[in-house]
Amino acid sequence: MSDLRKVSSSPHIRDKATSSNIMRDVSIALVPAAAFGVVHFGINALLIILLSVVSCVATEYIYEKLMHKPVTIMDFSAVVTGLLLAMNLPVSAVWWMPVLGGIFAILVVKQLFGGLGQNFMNPALGARCFLMISFAGRMTNYTYDAVTGATPLAVLREGGSVDALQMIIGNTAGMIGETSVIAIVIGAAYLLWKGVIDLKIPGTYLLTFLVFMILFGGHGLDSTYLVAQLAGGGLMLGAWFMATDYVTSPITPYGQIVYGVILGILTGIFRCFGASPEGVSYAIIFSNLLVPLIEKFTVPLAFGKVKAKGGQKA
Amino acid sequence: MATLTFKGGVHPYDGKELSKDKAIVPYQPKKDLIYPLSQHIGAPAAPVVAKGDRVLVGQKIAEAGGFVSSPIYASVSGTVKAIEPHFVSTGAKVNSIVVENDGLYEEAPGLPIKPFEEMSREDIIGIIKEAGVVGMGGAGFPTHVKLSPKEPDKIDYVLVNCAECEPYLTSDYRIMLERPEKVVGGLKVVLELFGNAQGCICIEDNKPEAITIMQKACANETRIQVKVLKTKYPQGAERMLIHAVTGRDLNSTMLPADLGCVVDNCDTITSIYDAVILGKPLISRVVTISGEAIANPSNFESRMGTNVMELIEAAGGFKTEEKKVISGGPMMGFAMFDLEVPTTKTTSAITCLASDAVSESPTTACINCGRCVAACDEGLIPARLAQFSEKFNLEAFQKWHGMECVECGCCSYVCPAKRPLAQMIKNVRRMVMANRKK
Repeated sequence: MSDLRKVSSSPHIRDKATSSNIMRDVSIALVPAAAFGVVHFGINALLIILLSVVSCVATEYIYEKLMHKPVTIMDFSAVVTGLLLAMNLPVSAVWWMPVLGGIFAILVVKQLFGGLGQNFMNPALGARCFLMISFAGRMTNYTYDAVTGATPLAVLREGGSVDALQMIIGNTAGMIGETSVIAIVIGAAYLLWKGVIDLKIPGTYLLTFLVFMILFGGHGLDSTYLVAQLAGGGLMLGAWFMATDYVTSPITPYGQIVYGVILGILTGIFRCFGASPEGVSYAIIFSNLLVPLIEKFTVPLAFGKVKAKGGQKA
Repeated sequence: MATLTFKGGVHPYDGKELSKDKAIVPYQPKKDLIYPLSQHIGAPAAPVVAKGDRVLVGQKIAEAGGFVSSPIYASVSGTVKAIEPHFVSTGAKVNSIVVENDGLYEEAPGLPIKPFEEMSREDIIGIIKEAGVVGMGGAGFPTHVKLSPKEPDKIDYVLVNCAECEPYLTSDYRIMLERPEKVVGGLKVVLELFGNAQGCICIEDNKPEAITIMQKACANETRIQVKVLKTKYPQGAERMLIHAVTGRDLNSTMLPADLGCVVDNCDTITSIYDAVILGKPLISRVVTISGEAIANPSNFESRMGTNVMELIEAAGGFKTEEKKVISGGPMMGFAMFDLEVPTTKTTSAITCLASDAVSESPTTACINCGRCVAACDEGLIPARLAQFSEKFNLEAFQKWHGMECVECGCCSYVCPAKRPLAQMIKNVRRMVMANRKK
């Protein structure tokens, strides 16, 4: 009898996909948006991206070392958090903001709740909101090229006019990674092609938001307004890269649709009736909290089971 | 013809090219033959021979221990050496009859038969029961029980499961290529039992040669047709097969007969043919010996009770170190620690892998990616069920339909975090079933 022969319960084979491969794909998908941010906003954007990624990875490494846990920085999830956080910072951010944000995202939002897979809120968005609340002035300073820029959504809210085409290309003021719809959609297309994400969440999110804005935006079917709302702010980045975060979105297929609808409605409410022209990050972290509840009510019926009627068991 | 399929499932590397072109070769055993008394679902068989008795090929050595049970026949001539517990491929120790092979292959008289058109329902089912035919796809459910539903007239489909979706297995494929008349003949016997049924031979579309041959073989049969299925694991699972062909959905509280279906594996159907037409009890089956570690992958017509190691040596032995040896295929088979075990009625293959993906893939945290949900053919949420399993939360497990799992293993296969989802779910299913029996 060979001592080397392995015995385990079936199945005995595994697919090639691994968690690190998936996270690597997400990192790759963020490259177009990051690259556009650097080209558009200048070298300071690159610095912020690097600081944010290094801060996230280092925090994870140090925490796990101190807690005598296995070091998981090679799974690329901290890199994704770092990239997403940088995308959500303005180019005028000072050096300690991405560093502090990275520490907050990994330490408070992720590791203190049990590490990868256990956080109830998207770490990058948690950090963005933390910075937004703590340093509102610095976080809403969209100055670049020495020009004080107002974001298209702010202009829109003041009743000004915007150039929808420039918004789609990304030649506007905003956070580093959120301005260019084209760059974000290229990354999203890569993720769709790789099977990392599907259309359920982003599709229902964007569609619900669009319907909401037609009904309550106050501009009816004005296409420039609607395109500007879709292309403006963090909506594209949020819908494709943060609402689709596996850990903080429902796993049940119907739940994902419900989640997308809630996101669309909340974003609409925040943008139309809220104090700020922007509402994506709050909509997402708020919906993150609803996930366990959504899952509870959307447990799918198993194959061959018929919905019980009148108290009779199928 | 549109290919039929189901929702979910996976596409693992199928390894079939290793043995698909190897014709079935009869193998004559050299060592002692071991016949476990329990190689089917139901009560163990009861020995009717004693130590020292001489037995012949096709002589009954153990009779059915109840209605849901099956008799066992000697596959060689020789002397009963012992009746003692012996390890089987699942790792269990089962009371077994050991026969020393004298190499003479003296045959006992066959089962009493007459042309099946002249036989009554009861006669046909009686012969199938007497011949010891059980589901040879893996479960080993006694076939005569399956063929005795309460209302035989309500059966409108008899499905022959030739999907063979399990990787590396080619035994059913070779049977279709080499013995198509037996498949059609066996199916005709079963159709005789169910007057309102149409027969379907269900084959995955990665076996075009088998489809052509079977279509030719049943060209003149009005009640038999070939159904082409999309190649996807687990297409051969009973529920998936019924869904793909008939559109009817079976759950854990039902039997196929409740939906008007009878499903039999390809090799089972040929065994029915052997029993009813030729009067031969079930004493041999086709076993695929394959996998990257095997020097010369083969398909053997192997006598029941043949030692597994003998078959491996007959297939050229190991060319590289065997990291894992599986009775059956890699998705649902049993990993073996001991190769000195007998083949049984349900041993369709011995798969010898040169690498073990399980021990080579460390388990990491669940990232909630939902790949297990997409792969689950039962529409379950394996990731959540596994979480309930870790906490032994039996209530939530059942509420999330955990008992509907068919243990096909797709969730564990696709999991990027390499979590043993199917294994965790299996544990809790066993616990719930044990509690129900109390």
